[in-house]
Amino acid sequence: MTVTPHTFGLRRPMIACATALVGLTLAGTASAEMARVQDPGLQPYTINGAEISEPLTAEPGDAKRGKALFINRKMGNCLTCHTAPIPEEDFHGNVGPDLAGVGSRMTAAELRLRLVDAKALLPESLMPSFYRTAGLRQVKKDFVGKPILKAQEIEDVIAYLQTLK
Amino acid sequence: MGAKRFGGLAATILAMTLAVPAFASDAKDDPLAAYRSGEMYSGYVTGDPSSREIQDDDMMNPSFLWVDKAAELWTTADGTAGKSCADCHGDVESLKGAATKYPTTDAATGKFMNVELKINDCRERQMGAAPFKFESDELLGMTTLVKLQSRGMPMNIDITGPNEKWFKKGEEFYFTSRGQLDLACADCHITNEGMYMRAEKLSQGQPNGFPTYRMKWQKLGSLHRRMRGCNDNIRAEKLKGLGEDYLAVETYISWRASGLPVETPSVRK
Repeated sequence: MTVTPHTFGLRRPMIACATALVGLTLAGTASAEMARVQDPGLQPYTINGAEISEPLTAEPGDAKRGKALFINRKMGNCLTCHTAPIPEEDFHGNVGPDLAGVGSRMTAAELRLRLVDAKALLPESLMPSFYRTAGLRQVKKDFVGKPILKAQEIEDVIAYLQTLK
Repeated sequence: MGAKRFGGLAATILAMTLAVPAFASDAKDDPLAAYRSGEMYSGYVTGDPSSREIQDDDMMNPSFLWVDKAAELWTTADGTAGKSCADCHGDVESLKGAATKYPTTDAATGKFMNVELKINDCRERQMGAAPFKFESDELLGMTTLVKLQSRGMPMNIDITGPNEKWFKKGEEFYFTSRGQLDLACADCHITNEGMYMRAEKLSQGQPNGFPTYRMKWQKLGSLHRRMRGCNDNIRAEKLKGLGEDYLAVETYISWRASGLPVETPSVRK
């Protein structure tokens, strides 16, 4: 069992990290990397290799709400860094990969880990961890203890990304 | 990122070694060559033409409203000593080149200062006057007047001796992620410079034009104000203007800007 949910590179040195990590092993899956993560105030989730298989909420994601969250500059604000097939919005960013067709390239479970905590997968990624409250520094007071998106909002954005075939 | 960073270092050292880095061999082909030094380039290069046009004409550049007032202050006695800046320095042109070396350690006090802090140190120790407040019109204007005397001269920051620890502190800050968005200065201004965040082309975050007249602000503003805005954008707490953290970052990025011309007062959108 390896527990590697919040990996920091040299550039992101580990500071006092309040994340509660509870490792899980499942019989017969010794080779898979499993980690249970629970940041203060957030739903716990399990990272399974490159995925978070279980949805964060019982209510399924809503693609329409997800698209609005994806665009909203105070919520997902995804177009700041990504280009996406949303021609009605001007000026898409190109810091991150183009998301056209991402719903064909990745499963919901893979997208979930990338949204929740992309740095758990790729420590050098610049992508903010959208569902995380621990291990951050100098956070603006209004946002301390709050994730960028709530659990249901994460599921909604995943549902929207799944429509990008 | 490491390779690019040290590539920048190598280019900077190369540029510093050349006598006239701002006028490299391709100057004839590139009208903006004066705003480049090795891999470094001023925000002027990627700025929109209308901002450049205003910057290029001191009669159009609104910054000179502040500069004109500062020129009056230069000869106005203030404080318990009853002295003006001019009483010690004479004409402000006597400060030609001085600003290219800041931030640096002050020889008289041993304290580390940028131009703003040096002006306030002068006011307190030499004039017996109260320091100007951070981002006040007086401090912005006087800082701009002083830096204007070095306009066109290459930034030339010493990061050895007592300055070294400030440089290192600033470098560490620059490469350390912060805020809810967990981004470091370097993530945008080194790793992704030239890329787009929506309509914004990420600049190298060069300090050589500050204080700058920013259209968004509709006024002249300082480098530390800009850093506060940057921190706010990544949902990080804004730190104290003229405080140690931003002073250290100013040192790191001013060193990175070595060879770029002082452009104060620049105009940006």
